Amino acid sequence: MFSRAYKTVVTVPPLAWVAVFLLVPYLLMFCYSFWSVSSLQTIVHSWNFDNYRDLLEKPVYWQTLLRSMWIAARVTLFSLVLGYPLAYFLSFYAGRRKDLLYQMVIIPLWVSYLVRAYAWKTILGSDGVLNTLLQYAHLTNHPLDFLLYSPFAVVLTLTHIYTPFTFLPVYAALEHIPRNLVEASHDLGATPTQTFWKVIFPLSIPGVLAGATFAFVLSLGDFLAPLLLGGPSGIMISNIVVSLFGAAYNWPLGAAISLCMLVLVVSLLFVSERLEKKWSFS
Amino acid sequence: MEFLVSSNPSANPGSRWLLLYAFVVFGFLYLPIVVLILYSFNGTGVGGFPPRHLTLDWYRTLFGDGPIWDSVLNSLEVALAAMAISLTFGIPAALALDRADFPGKALFRRLVLLPLILPGIITGLSLLMLFNLGNVKLSLLTITLGHGTALISVATTEVFAGLQKLDRAQEEASLDLGANYWQTFWRVTVPNLKLPIIGAALLIFTLSMDEIAVSFFLIGRDNTLPLEIWGRLRRGITPEINAVSTIIFVFSLLTIVLWYRLRVRAEGSADLGAELVTVNDREGT
Repeated sequence: MFSRAYKTVVTVPPLAWVAVFLLVPYLLMFCYSFWSVSSLQTIVHSWNFDNYRDLLEKPVYWQTLLRSMWIAARVTLFSLVLGYPLAYFLSFYAGRRKDLLYQMVIIPLWVSYLVRAYAWKTILGSDGVLNTLLQYAHLTNHPLDFLLYSPFAVVLTLTHIYTPFTFLPVYAALEHIPRNLVEASHDLGATPTQTFWKVIFPLSIPGVLAGATFAFVLSLGDFLAPLLLGGPSGIMISNIVVSLFGAAYNWPLGAAISLCMLVLVVSLLFVSERLEKKWSFS
Repeated sequence: MEFLVSSNPSANPGSRWLLLYAFVVFGFLYLPIVVLILYSFNGTGVGGFPPRHLTLDWYRTLFGDGPIWDSVLNSLEVALAAMAISLTFGIPAALALDRADFPGKALFRRLVLLPLILPGIITGLSLLMLFNLGNVKLSLLTITLGHGTALISVATTEVFAGLQKLDRAQEEASLDLGANYWQTFWRVTVPNLKLPIIGAALLIFTLSMDEIAVSFFLIGRDNTLPLEIWGRLRRGITPEINAVSTIIFVFSLLTIVLWYRLRVRAEGSADLGAELVTVNDREGT
């Protein structure tokens, strides 16, 4: 029904734009990761694996990467622990108020990321809201200093940011479960707990996977929350990249780390997509 | 709280704990927002319990603060231009994915969606390398190009979802009756996609206004609002930041309410933004 000309007109411009502003930059990052910096602070376009060797040999890089993955894993877990029951409650027990409560989960997403991280900073600081509240209530007589500038603060803030993101796909998956399956399970004598674990939970796994992937990938690459709330012990892999592109001026090494992150992220997406397909029932 | 539970016949004793848990999670989600707004009226600074000396002084300071308003204007400019770019390329991209076959289609679809799921730092840095290679000076323009490109995915997913629900017969009829493709696009296709397009536009606008990870690397001399706030956070903080955040929050809220009413009137349901996550998911598989 659509002519060749129509197809060309709708295809070529977006294709060209995406090629120039997405494909070329990613390829450029790939190239950079094999280049190096001379003593005169210029980029040398000679191809070698030195940056990757550095990444393997200097423990600071992979240790920071592991720490970032550990932070991201905790964020993912906590987001699911908070988001899943909330989604389950909304989908199965909220009744008439479902839509309103649903909107209420979405609304925090509309408060800027930066602003929410900042709000946590004002809560967790040594003369912040929480510490002064605890002292006001005489629960402690000196400020708790592990609250801010620690991995704890980073995990807490990122969990706050990604819980709604985890909630959404889980909720969508739960909403798609045919209710007669649940009724059938009840009628056949299963207790609510059995129904949950044997019927509802398995059917919600694709949503869990999608939410978990989202939370893990986005928190893994975060650099603003660690800068704002992490302190020296909360440094993540992206912070190293930022400094390599800034003061440390070693773009090629920074590009190599970014490329590793890119490969890690894309493989995770690939695996989770496969698993989602395997677990989906429709 | 009883009413929530009893409205559902399948309620069981466990659901009461679930209700309690849901309230706790909501508490967690809203605590920073409540604190943020409350302390924008606090005379004695951003922390300290209980809040003391309630005042509007921080809002007064804010209204006299030139750099903040400059950055707001910059952000508005960037967001509007990014919206134009994303829609200009995102709508045809959705049409192409829906209606055309071309080599590399699968790769193209994945590539378009990538910036949405990729940490912003990767998109930001790869664009920085491109601009560096092309000797393009960093400015609001480079930020706009970054936002416009990253947010094409939003326009494409929303419009693509709309196209799936579209009745092809109307376009066919228009073509059969002698309208050309251009006329059919503007008079049949676009009016039918009005909601997804408006939804995408609002979403792109809001996401761009908030964006910081990509902008962080593409910033020139002029700040966008998030970068201006970022700069101030590092110098020491006052409730003025709470005040400006509160105002933005209220505006975002108004946008959602507006969208909600528009959509409910048209379709009886609304989930701005939520679609992104779920649509992405469906499309990716």
